[in-house]
Amino acid sequence: MELIVQGIIKAFELIISFDPEVLGITWLSLKISGTATLISLFIGVSIGTAVALTNFYGKRLVISLINTGMGLPPVVVGLFVTILIWRNGPLGFLEILYTPSAMIIAQAIIATPIVMGISLAAIQNLPPNLRLQILSLGASRLQMVWVLIKEARLPLLAAVMAGFGGVISEVGASIMVGGNIKGYSRVLTTATVMETGKGNFDIAIALGIILLLLAFLVNLILTQIQQRQHPR
Amino acid sequence: MNSKNLIKIENIILQRGGATVLDIPEFQVPHGRILALIGPNGAGKSTLLLMLAGLLKPWQGKMYFQGEHIESRADLAMLRRNAAVVFQEPLLLNSSVYENVALGLKFRRLKNGEIRKSVQSALDYFGISQLAKRSAKTLSGGEAKRVSLARAFAIKPQIILLDEAFNSLDPPSRETIIDDLKEILEETKITAVLASHDREETLRLAQDVSVMNAGKIVQSGTTVEIFNQPDSEFVANFVGTESILEGIVNSTTDGHMVIAVNGKSIEAVGDYSVGQKVYCCLRPENVTVSNYTRGKISARNIYEAKVSKIIRQGFFYKLTLDCGFPLVAYITIPSCEDLGIAKGGAVIASFKATAVHVIRREK
Repeated sequence: MELIVQGIIKAFELIISFDPEVLGITWLSLKISGTATLISLFIGVSIGTAVALTNFYGKRLVISLINTGMGLPPVVVGLFVTILIWRNGPLGFLEILYTPSAMIIAQAIIATPIVMGISLAAIQNLPPNLRLQILSLGASRLQMVWVLIKEARLPLLAAVMAGFGGVISEVGASIMVGGNIKGYSRVLTTATVMETGKGNFDIAIALGIILLLLAFLVNLILTQIQQRQHPR
Repeated sequence: MNSKNLIKIENIILQRGGATVLDIPEFQVPHGRILALIGPNGAGKSTLLLMLAGLLKPWQGKMYFQGEHIESRADLAMLRRNAAVVFQEPLLLNSSVYENVALGLKFRRLKNGEIRKSVQSALDYFGISQLAKRSAKTLSGGEAKRVSLARAFAIKPQIILLDEAFNSLDPPSRETIIDDLKEILEETKITAVLASHDREETLRLAQDVSVMNAGKIVQSGTTVEIFNQPDSEFVANFVGTESILEGIVNSTTDGHMVIAVNGKSIEAVGDYSVGQKVYCCLRPENVTVSNYTRGKISARNIYEAKVSKIIRQGFFYKLTLDCGFPLVAYITIPSCEDLGIAKGGAVIASFKATAVHVIRREK
């Protein structure tokens, strides 16, 4: 109990004093996970929408694969990304192992199926005649798709939240491909793991609280946007 | 190609999953008129509507729009841009009423000023300008229907297609919306095709009717023709057996109207204004056939009639009478024998003023 109280006090000290190291770690976490979420948003929404709107042989299998991907274990992603960008690996020439770029790639791979699965379901859930209705008002295919995506914006924002929540709290892949290098690739989760390992529980708790606060703030903002557009 | 037809289709066959959904050798949508497609569920009404809207590619056959053969994807897109569909569900987007009505205009990349003008006039037409800023998802069923109609009219289509558009509405708002729509269609002269299985809706709105069954059009004609002279048992059963008579309100006192029909007068109950064109609908079981020529009865409508047709239908006879206007009556077998009714014979036909169901038709 004392540990937790100490941790909370320490956390507030760190936050209020604008500790440069903690600030740097927090900012990097936000930057990496934000970028990864943004990338996953582009890929996930476009492929999810395309799959939802087209009929092809094996569509159900594809949807099952996407849904399975929503629970992709981060360590597995970390493993494969590591193998790919390993010095002798197929993408080794990029020389991005143990860099924030590698972390963005890994996190984007984790978030993409989440965003894809939710957007697919969101578009599929729109009334079936809505597409015909939009086309009958003279929309081109592209205009039709854009209206559908806008119409599904509430669940799509939920997809953003789920994707961001998944990667900001993820540790396995980040530590494997990022290496937890101080001041360079150290993020809140990897730092928490390290401080816990060293027995610095107060700092670990402080980092944990900042992580929770960050996730809460981002979701609060997104929820504000979501609910503002939904007056009831 | 007759220029009176906005759309003409020839030898259309549409199959889906091995089943024939549409099989129409010939069909026309007359320009500037209101046509109803009626028939049971699954008859192909909605599919035909989607085809007329350019939302389906005909699998076999020819389709002409304003005389132009619709062949390529571009032709289909052209047809699509000239048509607007109103579905049973309003299918409004989760944004303001204004945005919803502006949707089709934005697809056409019109200037903001033009969009504002068109939206405003469409909202005015349907009496919903006060709703412009409301969120479309907070509207009542009737309001949402008006918005979806305004959205379709805003793009000034050549043809408007209504797919069971009034089904889910409560009776009072349904009636006022149908009346308003009728007025707007008459004013704008936009061609309309509605798929319906509601007799009254069809009578109120349509000038022409095509009856569909199992992907085929089984009879086409003016509304009165279809309702009074069904040429098959299927159509007769579907449109019902009521006599439908076109008339004009001649005088009215305290809700008691005298309606001129074919030079005869029919008394009925209702408060339409003098000069209003109406349909008088009469169920055959409400018509009494007798040979009384003297005495008084409460029925206000008494006519000397000639029996022009006698058909036995199960346990009763269906008589077609000529009273100066056609009238159908059911009588039982004993009544028929007692009265000695024979084809060409003279009888007295009577019915009460309260038995006449009066429906407004075009102005």
